[in-house]
Amino acid sequence: METDTQTATPAATKAPASASRLGTDSHDAPQGLTVAVRNVSRSFGEVQALNGLTIEVPTGRITVLLGPNGAGKTTAIRTITGALAPHQGTVQVFGVNPLEHGEDVRSRCGIVSANPALYDRLSGWHNLDYAADLYQVTGNKEAKIRAAAERFGIEHALDLPVGGYSTGMKTRLALSRSVLHDPELLLFDEPTSGLDPESAHAVLALIREMTANGTTVVMCTHHLAEAEGLADRIVMLDGGRDLIGGAPEDLTNRFWPQAIVHIRCDEPGAIEAVRSMPGVISTTLTNDATGAELHLDEVTRTPEIVAALTAGGARITKVEPFEPSLEDLYFAVRAEARADGVIGDAPLDDTHRETAKIGDLA
Amino acid sequence: MNWHHVKTVARTDLRQLIGAKDFWIPMAILGSMFFLIIPFVLLISITSLGDVDAVAQVSQAIKVLPATAQEQIQGDTDAGRTSYALAVFLFAPVAIVVPLTISTAVGSSTIVGERERGTGEFLAHSPAGAQEIYMGKLIASFVPGYATTLVGFGAYSILVNTVVGPEVGGWFFPTAQWWALMLWVMPPFLLLTLSLVLRLSARVKSTAAAHQASGLVTLPLIGVAYSQSTGALFGAGVSSLWIGLVAWTIALFSLTRGMKAITRGRLLGVAIDT
Repeated sequence: METDTQTATPAATKAPASASRLGTDSHDAPQGLTVAVRNVSRSFGEVQALNGLTIEVPTGRITVLLGPNGAGKTTAIRTITGALAPHQGTVQVFGVNPLEHGEDVRSRCGIVSANPALYDRLSGWHNLDYAADLYQVTGNKEAKIRAAAERFGIEHALDLPVGGYSTGMKTRLALSRSVLHDPELLLFDEPTSGLDPESAHAVLALIREMTANGTTVVMCTHHLAEAEGLADRIVMLDGGRDLIGGAPEDLTNRFWPQAIVHIRCDEPGAIEAVRSMPGVISTTLTNDATGAELHLDEVTRTPEIVAALTAGGARITKVEPFEPSLEDLYFAVRAEARADGVIGDAPLDDTHRETAKIGDLA
Repeated sequence: MNWHHVKTVARTDLRQLIGAKDFWIPMAILGSMFFLIIPFVLLISITSLGDVDAVAQVSQAIKVLPATAQEQIQGDTDAGRTSYALAVFLFAPVAIVVPLTISTAVGSSTIVGERERGTGEFLAHSPAGAQEIYMGKLIASFVPGYATTLVGFGAYSILVNTVVGPEVGGWFFPTAQWWALMLWVMPPFLLLTLSLVLRLSARVKSTAAAHQASGLVTLPLIGVAYSQSTGALFGAGVSSLWIGLVAWTIALFSLTRGMKAITRGRLLGVAIDT
């Protein structure tokens, strides 16, 4: 990227000027919280898996735990169900401590772990039947098993041994098993792991569908594209701690509070005129002075600016509002966490991403 | 204790076992060897083939049996008395070796196997309590061994009554001591062994390690069980009751301690070293 930074640099590429923008929003959902993990730490020998983790999961929403491998996502899920006891901090699920009310909490949760955790020697039907009995499904058990399998399109293979299933079929069966008992909280740990893109897309659509009836979902992933558009709330983790948490749009506003527009003319210097225009907060020019990143108070200023440039004789070749993606947010958060010393040095790919950010107009 | 969970875990483990032909076919062969083939060959060689050397050797051995045991031996001929002694006294270890071998093979991999297959994650997140999972696993390990023994015991009874019965004046088996051995003495030894094997299965890192460690644990137990069961057969009726009572007491104590071995962390495979 060639830029001549004259006023302000893009938010994602600089260290914070004042207080850190990291941290988790306290959620004030009217429905309340289904899960409240507060300042939880857990180690395994020398390995600190969780380190002061805080997660809030509003009822009836999809909360995505986002982070690289080893960030602590799976351990977080395990503490939520009470499968693992934290060494420090508190966990409340449905308003109770899962360590003290484990059977109650776990019977109201449905889980899909990264490994589908199915019994290969048993048929699909018997796998579901096992879960139905453990979760003490009431009513017509057979009908519920069949309905759950049909929901995820695996009913045709229920009589076959699971050992012969493809990865996609296993995931579908695991998803069917997770919803058999109509859980109030669904915990998905990398549910699309090993799936082809089409199957992964279908699974994500089904997850979205499940929140329609008020089910709360917590999903772990390190795939940014999966979280994009799915998450009502995001918690980014690394090193066993939450780097940032909140609604995606709130977090984006935290890092990019102003509207950003990329604009390019075919004549060097023509774009300088926009600096003094109303609503323009700052500009970042490219080295050849034919392009700029404009920070505006409102994106609706864009037509006025374009009109003014055109009236001044400039020939505009590109006008593009910048809408930060989750990927942009992810790398911006990690860059800031690194600058704050919260996490360690970036892997090569991260370094590349964090230095090639939104100001690239080429 | 939610017995519905216990039953569910046990039933599912047994269902998997029934589907594992590579497991139960060798075990069926083992049971057949001990309960049918070896006894048949030995007894038929004495009663029908008139193997004089074998009769002479076993007759000598009978003389070193305790007086209470010698008094029980029926039959008017050497061949009859010898075959009766073999049928009633020699095959006591059969009732111990077969169930211990089968149940240990099942039990040693039951928990570490869940962890290796990744299904421990499902159980750890399920509503079933750790003690319920333990009891389910215990039952699922106990049933194959004990069921094999009971079936084998029935087959063995028919065999010895058919082969030896005509020599001693009719059907004589099972004797009272054998009933006590099968129903009162043997189960606690099996449970005691399993309590140790399940504890090992929860703690080790692989199925192979579980099999190795279980072998070390069960060998001395087989020895103890063999000597005690033989004593129960040789002694008067009340001796088997006392041996069984002591074995039950130790087994129940060991089972209670063993319940603590299964934790959700161990099912997940994260608590082995922590």
